[in-house]
Amino acid sequence: MSLLSPVVDGDGAPFWEYASRGELRVQTCADCAEPRFPPRPCCPYCQSFDSDWRPVSGRGRIWSYVVPHPPLLPGYAELAPYNTVLVELTDAPRIRLVGNVVTAADAPLDSVDPARLRIGAGVRVVFAPPDEQGLRLPRWLLERP
Amino acid sequence: MAGLKDATAIAGIGRTAFAKQLPESERTLACRAIVAALDDAGIAASEVDAFASYTMEETDEVEIAKAIGAGDVTFFSKVGYGGGGSCATLAHLAAAVATGQASVGVAWRSRKRGSGPRPWRNTAVQLPTPGQWTRPFGLLRPADEIGMLARRYMHEYGATRDHFFNVALACRNRANQNPAAMMYDRPLTRDMYMTSRWISEPLCLFDNCLETDGALACVVVSAERARDCRQKPVYLHSVAQGLPAQHHGMVNYWNDDPLTGPAWTAARQLWKTADFGPDDVDVAQIYDAFTPLIPLSLEGYGFCGRGEGAAFTEGGALEIGGRLPLNTAGGGLSEAYVHGFNLITEGVRQLRGTSTAQVPSASTCLVTAGEGVPTSAVLLRS
Ligand SMILES: [Zn+2]
Repeated sequence: MSLLSPVVDGDGAPFWEYASRGELRVQTCADCAEPRFPPRPCCPYCQSFDSDWRPVSGRGRIWSYVVPHPPLLPGYAELAPYNTVLVELTDAPRIRLVGNVVTAADAPLDSVDPARLRIGAGVRVVFAPPDEQGLRLPRWLLERP
Repeated sequence: MAGLKDATAIAGIGRTAFAKQLPESERTLACRAIVAALDDAGIAASEVDAFASYTMEETDEVEIAKAIGAGDVTFFSKVGYGGGGSCATLAHLAAAVATGQASVGVAWRSRKRGSGPRPWRNTAVQLPTPGQWTRPFGLLRPADEIGMLARRYMHEYGATRDHFFNVALACRNRANQNPAAMMYDRPLTRDMYMTSRWISEPLCLFDNCLETDGALACVVVSAERARDCRQKPVYLHSVAQGLPAQHHGMVNYWNDDPLTGPAWTAARQLWKTADFGPDDVDVAQIYDAFTPLIPLSLEGYGFCGRGEGAAFTEGGALEIGGRLPLNTAGGGLSEAYVHGFNLITEGVRQLRGTSTAQVPSASTCLVTAGEGVPTSAVLLRS
């Protein structure tokens, strides 16, 4: 049983296109330069409809995390307990990405012992191998494994 | 500004049994609850001309109106965001009745969550925006989404599992006094809580609401009309909805401060149009799909300061005789989880003086809807 693949919409498509090239980029207003997430058509700060996708360093800190146990969807139940983290980006502190801490880009969701996770721990982004739709999910490695 | 303050009242309440599995359909259960509420009020079904429910309600007003024998209906409304809509159904009816759009309103919720499928299992509904940012990473269920906030809350403010247990215990103790509650004959101990299975760490089994089949309804009429009804009127003193700036569904992770959720927004509006404040609330029915929602809501509605919600639960504060008796029929954690509508009917019973865990001479009650999603709340007074 495979895991869920993102269902990409028009606003989110650039994020996934950059991710498939191994780049982490955040939608940023072309007029006032404020980053925003999740992607959307209009800047909430200045109402501009023009945006860029700005590269970020891919460094962040764990803001919080959970360790889900069954009942879960089948593909996830097989891997449980695994971790799901919320990573606050170093370059853009209000931008927080949901993800998973793993031991390597291609390692399974349950590859890190949850006891090793701490709020505030430094992480850096890697990208999973392409899924069936060719999408690559950002994943996170502990800075101090 | 006269507004809605005390202009309308709840004149009748009704419900079905609560169980893990009930044989009747959601439509039949809805009709039973509504007919019971009208009978409680002493109002004929033919007088009903307004309906309000949740967008997630799968019975619709056309079928309900036809089945119960309602008259011509001139107002109908459905409120989004799941459990966030409970109190808003009353707010919409209050507005309709107070402005003369209708005269007898019925709000209802019927649900077979105990025997039916769990909504989060439907991946087709889950995945489009905003699901693309959360679901693939295994953040699948509401328990996972709230667990993320709970862990951060524990980290930031020193909240512990014992604080969450205080919430679970207060609800269970009240359910143990309420023969209609699903957990009536099932006491809870600290040992049971601490050794129960995880659902999404840091949340365990007893931090989660019940899966329930059941239905409930309320009848809303003008204050004037309510004084001639069968039951003592319970006035809708203040009503509010809350959708905070930059809010994002149940994963409110992209605000400056994800730990201040929709409760804060609803509370500002609620207290603005009320004649009293949090210190004057005798009893509270606070939406408890998950235990951490209680400390977050206690802060949001102003019963304590920011970060003090966990400590507020200490020393029996939420028990009968405590500072703020909570969820006195057992709440979603221990009476039934019908998207919080049972919290409304219990608020009414408290102000009628007919609760199974009656707070002596209670005359004010706060009822809240789901926190973490766009929400709503009402202040009831007798
Ligand atoms: Zn802008």
